[in-house]
Amino acid sequence: MIIAKVVGTVVATRKDERLVSTKLLVARPVDPAGKAEGNYLVAVDTVDAGTGETVLIVSGSSARMAAGLKDCPVDAAIVGIVDTVHVKE
Amino acid sequence: MQLARVLGEVVSTIKDANLTGIKLLILQPLSPAGEDTGRTLVALDSIGAGVGENVFFVRGREAAFPFYPAEPPTDAAVIGIVDHWDTE
Repeated sequence: MIIAKVVGTVVATRKDERLVSTKLLVARPVDPAGKAEGNYLVAVDTVDAGTGETVLIVSGSSARMAAGLKDCPVDAAIVGIVDTVHVKE
Repeated sequence: MQLARVLGEVVSTIKDANLTGIKLLILQPLSPAGEDTGRTLVALDSIGAGVGENVFFVRGREAAFPFYPAEPPTDAAVIGIVDHWDTE
């Protein structure tokens, strides 16, 4: 899983029917210190996250194991909202 | 599977129900020489690893298997603590 910061939302009217009523968010991966790194991605939100929040994103086929995404065509799902990150220096 | 060092922990209150009660660790993948290589990631802990330990972890769908019959949504899980390793 990766830590990412939610930077926006995606609205799509025409989409796969299994994605109807899912919420799509744009997120950018961050390192443990919170510094942005890498490319933006679109992920399905399963925990009611919002713009500006730091979240946990699960990628690949494991994303389909998130609540309500069984057999959905997704490869990234938001499965948690990060409260704190502890890194020992 | 890959070698990694446990850098820290993540605390999350609002999360997928199947992740409840499972510790989240921040990992830094290591090369065989013990140097940092690649990006950090968050993995589920299945064996009680802690910060500062060297571990090995599995990626992909298989990362949920240590928690069977539960199916937590994860793409990485720590499955062993490394005592030591030798490379030629």
